[in-house]
Amino acid sequence: MPSIENAAEPDAWFKIEQGVFKAGGQWTIAQSARLDQKLRDLDAGSGEIITMDAGGVDRLDSTGAWLLLRTRRALENAGRTVGDLKVPERYASLLENLDRDDKRQGPDKPPPRMSPWQYRLYRIGKATVEAGRQGWRMLGYLGRVTVETGEMIAAPRKNLRFAAMMVQVEETGISALPIVGLLAFLIGVVLAYQGADQLKRFGAEIFTINLLGVGVLREIGGLITAIIVAGRSGSAFTAHLGSMRVNQEIDAMQTMGMNTVDTLVLPRVIGLVIALPLLTFYANIMALIGGAMMCYFNLGITIPVFLRQLNQAVDVSTLMVGLVKAPVFAFVIALVGCYEGFQVERNAASVGQLTTRSVVESVFLVIVLDAAFSVMFSVMGI
Amino acid sequence: MPAEKDASGPGKKDVVIHVKGLVTGFGRKIIHDHLDLDVYRGEVLGVVGGSGSGKSVLLRTIIGLNPPRQGTVEVFGKPAGYAEGARMRALEVRWGVLFQEGALFSSQTIAENIQVPLREYTSMSQELMDEIAAMKIALVGLPPDTALKLPSELSGGMKKRAGLARALALDPELLFLDEPTSGLDPISADQFDQLIRELQQSLGLTVFMVTHDLDSLAAVTDRIAVLIDKKIKTGTIEELRKDKTPWIHEYFSGPRGHAALAGSR
Repeated sequence: MPSIENAAEPDAWFKIEQGVFKAGGQWTIAQSARLDQKLRDLDAGSGEIITMDAGGVDRLDSTGAWLLLRTRRALENAGRTVGDLKVPERYASLLENLDRDDKRQGPDKPPPRMSPWQYRLYRIGKATVEAGRQGWRMLGYLGRVTVETGEMIAAPRKNLRFAAMMVQVEETGISALPIVGLLAFLIGVVLAYQGADQLKRFGAEIFTINLLGVGVLREIGGLITAIIVAGRSGSAFTAHLGSMRVNQEIDAMQTMGMNTVDTLVLPRVIGLVIALPLLTFYANIMALIGGAMMCYFNLGITIPVFLRQLNQAVDVSTLMVGLVKAPVFAFVIALVGCYEGFQVERNAASVGQLTTRSVVESVFLVIVLDAAFSVMFSVMGI
Repeated sequence: MPAEKDASGPGKKDVVIHVKGLVTGFGRKIIHDHLDLDVYRGEVLGVVGGSGSGKSVLLRTIIGLNPPRQGTVEVFGKPAGYAEGARMRALEVRWGVLFQEGALFSSQTIAENIQVPLREYTSMSQELMDEIAAMKIALVGLPPDTALKLPSELSGGMKKRAGLARALALDPELLFLDEPTSGLDPISADQFDQLIRELQQSLGLTVFMVTHDLDSLAAVTDRIAVLIDKKIKTGTIEELRKDKTPWIHEYFSGPRGHAALAGSR
């Protein structure tokens, strides 16, 4: 670690002699760590009156001057009466200034620090309360956006931002095609491979296709797509709206009487609600293609056989069960992304923090909702 | 280290910043063309100039954030300006910089901000660092509870004061200020000027101050450097008022100039 302390300077020194505290040398920041320890251990000695003579100081900066003042206070607290504090003429005003500041601020300046345990407890408590509040506020926001969406559907306003919506469909949907397609394809490959590996032991390789079809269409396709989109578009929403807040663009819109939910949130929510089911369907197809390829190369199942078996394994309702979840996921992802974007404060760290939070929350909610859907479907017997 | 010169005493002028033949520019645009400048120990130098005349670029070049094309910059008699490694660091601990918006680290409290250089360059105990931070906060005139606040909780003027406290953390000999009063209301600006003057005198600082503020110039500076036509012209405020160069004449004799100078007397 670089240091200013090993500068080859003559030491600063001090001693107590016959009721006089004498100091000299370089009383500067470079010496302060050393002086600090020694001064804390200073033995005030006995006697009523003590004078402080720092006339021998060659150099004094604000750190050194402050150490002198602190020493005087320590001596006073030890019951000594401190007479003069003498410093060279040229440093008198510095000492005076610091002394004045010190008196103005009162003696107990640094507020008490918490003990480590207290601090941990404090943080747990704070985080818990904050999580509760966050949920409550999000619920409020959900209500607001739902009402505004409902209003807009019930009575489409002239200023429905169709173009903005389409831009969102493009950015969240079309631009995501390559990555979603590739990942879905690979998931299909992996699923078919693992399934085939296990089912081979029972001589039931052909049921790999059932596993693949049902697994992908009902669960995996939708879930993977939603998670990718949460990471890709949810974060983009938060970062974009967050930077707009940092630049006060959102304040500007509000003062122009524009409804920020209308102009910023709804295009994103509706855009994603349109895009995500389409993306999910596309991901399903890609995963099935990946699985079919694996079946062909690994199990020697030809495409016509694959399709016939798939036809027996799944029907339209299997697909629909998967697809019906997508708009709900989309709504939640967009909502969380926009909500967190509006929470950004006017500093750089906040954008990063809330973008992270937005992704974590939306992925969490997507998985929780997926589980809820599973329970609901099994109760309904679908 | 040579004995420090008495800040208020007369004697041979001791050059702290020595800029010679400096050329800087971006792309094809030349900003400074063989510019020379000396800053003496214990003085407050105000740097003025029109928008885009390269005031901030000059400051950034001296503190090594911007590479010069030609010419030399010496600070404390040692080459500076885009030097690397240990040599630059030896200089950096002897100066403090206050950026325009304070440039406080937004994720740290004010006390932690002030302690960053202390932690980096000294082996002080946490206790002493807390005390020093509280002292610096008092020194720049902020209330004690500022220590535990985050920069986002402070007003613009308080941020500047906190930035100044951080710039003063290592007790520098030289202080760079980039538009210290911009964005402050006139009363806060006056207080800030006064604070700079007071600190400069009691700590014996040399101050290099880029500013737009005529009142600041009149109240704080000993000497003024005007950036004009890619060069620099220095002088006291009295000398520059007599200058016939159109921009300088306009600057000091315009309505704002008149008001500021009248007020300073």
